[in-house]
Amino acid sequence: MSESYTTSRNKFLEEVGNQTSFMLRFFKNIFRGGFDWGELVRQCYIIGYKSIGLVAITGVILGFVLTLQSLPTLKDFGAESYVPRMVAVSVVREIGPVIIALICAGKIASSIGAELGSMKVTEQIEAMEVSGANAIQYLVVTRIVACTVMIPLLTLMADALALVGGYVGNNIGGDVSAVLFYNKSFSAIDFVDLIPSFIKTIFFGFAIGFVGCYKGYNSDRGTESVGVAANSAVVSASLWIIVIDAIAVQLTSVLAYN
Amino acid sequence: METGIDTKAKEKKPTPKDKETVIEIRHLKKSFGSNEVLKDINLDLYKGENVVVLGKSGEGKSVTIKCIVRLLEKDGGEIKVFGEEVGTMTDAELKALRIRIGFLFQSAALYDSMTVRDNLEFPLRKVLKLTDEAEINKRVEDVLESVGLPDAADKLPSDLSGGMRKRIGLARTLIVNPEIMLYDEPTTGLDTITSEEISELIVKLQKKYQTSSIIITHDLSCAKITSDRIVIMNDGAYIAEGTFDELRESKDENVRGFFKQP
Repeated sequence: MSESYTTSRNKFLEEVGNQTSFMLRFFKNIFRGGFDWGELVRQCYIIGYKSIGLVAITGVILGFVLTLQSLPTLKDFGAESYVPRMVAVSVVREIGPVIIALICAGKIASSIGAELGSMKVTEQIEAMEVSGANAIQYLVVTRIVACTVMIPLLTLMADALALVGGYVGNNIGGDVSAVLFYNKSFSAIDFVDLIPSFIKTIFFGFAIGFVGCYKGYNSDRGTESVGVAANSAVVSASLWIIVIDAIAVQLTSVLAYN
Repeated sequence: METGIDTKAKEKKPTPKDKETVIEIRHLKKSFGSNEVLKDINLDLYKGENVVVLGKSGEGKSVTIKCIVRLLEKDGGEIKVFGEEVGTMTDAELKALRIRIGFLFQSAALYDSMTVRDNLEFPLRKVLKLTDEAEINKRVEDVLESVGLPDAADKLPSDLSGGMRKRIGLARTLIVNPEIMLYDEPTTGLDTITSEEISELIVKLQKKYQTSSIIITHDLSCAKITSDRIVIMNDGAYIAEGTFDELRESKDENVRGFFKQP
């Protein structure tokens, strides 16, 4: 029992050490000369542009479902005019960033984990390192930076589309003009709602990119490890998103709403 | 562990004192956990020669060359390349050294999301930082011509056969004009004819690019064609050294075992 505890503790500490070391390598290489801007743009295209469809559909449905679910309850209290405000605040502050980040963790972290894991298994990463190229800068820095930039932008887009979904949902159960719906929605949102949630998504993006790259870059040998890297990237990134969200909500409560 | 090999009586070819040593390995040790893979490796590679390391699978042949370029960190001993100790090099020194050493992986390790041309251009653009398109194109065309695949530039690695992948892998390492080539099982997984073609290509390119090479293999045909000198590895150490013909006539059972035809 004691031996098993010691082994688990050592493994945990080793993992923390490895992740810290990997993060230091990332920060060391982000400021090093020879950064490949072309590869960064390519990664932004893959991570951002190719996720637009999924994120857009998720955003619209998010606002649509939230409206449809809350409308009957608020109607009972004669508060249906509060639906646009409620949808706007809940989507912008919390549900939008978290749901989009979790969706992106599933799509992007797994994709990065599998891609780099596959490169590791087939010795492509070693080939890059041994050629004298900076594999961390070319493969890792570009992907993490692309995630950190694109996921906040995807979240903003999803938030906007959630309001469109909310407007559609509101018109199924009632009749409200677009001008009135958006007026009410935007009257409920302040910068104090938007800025903290936007900052939060930057950290979500970083976590998704970092975890995907770490799991892929450090995967073991063998085909199975590619699947393991992809799977553990999704699980770890999702966990990180929840933890960051909990911390961000606490910080926002203390700093912004008091 | 008792191996039955009298290392003191091992065969050794007189070292050519007049030749410049490009790689010098002394008492190299490497373990993975409790598994001591390399126990006491000593090897000199002289300028312009091809040394073949023969040994059974799992003996640590590949580990040795990965230690030379520090893809793996050694546990003990010395590795000097061009007179500089590899283990104490800074990142910048290591990068400069790696540019001078070409490494052909067993799987060729082509970047599978890039075309052959992009694979070949990668070290030119990212390592040598070349920007002159005319020079890049000329180098790509020259090296493709050298490996006998002048029309493969626009293909993806998935469109290539095993032998073609090895040739392109070889082209990618040679395009930066390395002074030393390290080959990790260059003929593994290839049919006999392709295997011989690759072995002959190694010799041809060694002459053309004036490289010094360490070739890790267990393919006797490859060893015969490519080697100036062969060292035989057994139980984490080199047990014999000589030319192909010398070792084939060896009286040592462990050495002769490698030369038995299937």
